[in-house]
Amino acid sequence: MAKSNKPLLWLPFAAGGLAAAFLLPVLILITGLLVPLGLMHLPYARMFAFADNPLGKLILFGAVALPTWHAAHRLRVTAHDLGLGGGLAVRLICYGVAWLMIIVSAAALLVV
Amino acid sequence: MSRRPYLREVKRSWWLGQRRYLFYMIRELTSLFVALYCVLLVVGLVRLAQGPAAWDGFVAAFSSPLGVLFQVLCLIFATFHSVTWFAVTPKAMPLMVKGEAVPPRAIVAAHYAFWAALSLLVLIVVGV
Amino acid sequence: MSETIALEVLRYNPETDQEPRFQRYTVPYRDEWVVLDALTHIKDQLDATLSFRWSCHMAVCGSCGVMINGEPKLGCHAFLRDYRNGVVRIEPLDHFPVERDLVIVMDDFMAKLSSVQPYLLVDAAKPLSEGEYLQTPAELQRFKQYTQCINCMLCYAACPQYALNEGFVGPAALALAHRYNLDSRDAGKDRRAEMVASNEGIWECSFVGACSQVCPKAVDPAAAIQQTKISASLDWFKAFLLPGGRK
Repeated sequence: MAKSNKPLLWLPFAAGGLAAAFLLPVLILITGLLVPLGLMHLPYARMFAFADNPLGKLILFGAVALPTWHAAHRLRVTAHDLGLGGGLAVRLICYGVAWLMIIVSAAALLVV
Repeated sequence: MSRRPYLREVKRSWWLGQRRYLFYMIRELTSLFVALYCVLLVVGLVRLAQGPAAWDGFVAAFSSPLGVLFQVLCLIFATFHSVTWFAVTPKAMPLMVKGEAVPPRAIVAAHYAFWAALSLLVLIVVGV
Repeated sequence: MSETIALEVLRYNPETDQEPRFQRYTVPYRDEWVVLDALTHIKDQLDATLSFRWSCHMAVCGSCGVMINGEPKLGCHAFLRDYRNGVVRIEPLDHFPVERDLVIVMDDFMAKLSSVQPYLLVDAAKPLSEGEYLQTPAELQRFKQYTQCINCMLCYAACPQYALNEGFVGPAALALAHRYNLDSRDAGKDRRAEMVASNEGIWECSFVGACSQVCPKAVDPAAAIQQTKISASLDWFKAFLLPGGRK
């Protein structure tokens, strides 16, 4: 028994849970209902303007990366609960995909 | 006197055995829809970086009937995540003010208030 | 006209049985009886070979934990009148090896309980001449609920992670560690962390919350574990960002 290094992935997980809880419903409302129904518009110019400055990039990155990490860790634990094993394969898939999404998000935001 | 302790096996379907376990499993599986919606967001960021044409294509795609159906599903599960997350926050972060414990209901209510305010703010910022 | 109620009790005799089997008993139904009374009636009047643990009959000793219709409960805390419809199925506590009938092997629990060092750990022993430890009511209130554990193991029977992960320290042990970590007289959080903040400690928990739901004493081990996750994480980052310092 030794002190675990789990906090490194747990604190971002907890932050992601919080971010997802506070932000995702309204975001999904916008992209899932309000924009498709024509009640709201997301023109490129405005999105670009928001993402063009460092603060906007940071907010967008946080809104995407944190829930991604949260979901990845939770799915890894759930896979173990469902008897799919907590081995290397499951961890590689869950965290690997999460890292891919996080890196792609960061790259996209830097290019914008 | 011989001892032979008997080990009962744990079934793979253990989570179907009790309502509280089923609730737990559904709660955890909200993260699947969180993950899937995040994929949508990541694609969105990529399309944004690729320019106006790509972005418009992205908006058209998620506004399609299939896109809406998928996102309605995501919305249901994301909301369930929010509700269950707020409900357990007082357990993880009990607050003491002047030697008295803050009632859990107050902590949960504060979360809902902040959630409503933040959502309204986002709607205003995006809508304006 | 006397009423009766049927009990299906899991039997296991290690000397004669290959595996457990159910045995049906019909006992008198009394409004005020608890399941433990029914079991005692069986042992006294019907079948003296039935083995089960019990002691206080008032939900303070923690001895009589059993599964009643799949739910971990204290036998003395479950009224027959709540089970009148249908047969009452009684089994030994889940997730523990069965010693005999309703008696489980609790060695693992005992080992894990003591592994978190459930006693006051101080940096330097306070000599008697300096007097007693002073503690305000507010300081006591911080950890009081976590002192209420009666070691009944219902939480271990309810916890899927204990079922799935052999090494998991478990809810009661972690709640007890939290009790001492929160005690103003204690200085042992770092020393307990070897066990508590290990992979087999708090990090095995996925916050199912079943433990707190079945606890007869409202200890809320789930809350204890989540609070410990936060404090252990903050300690970890403090040590990471500001290495060195007192251990």
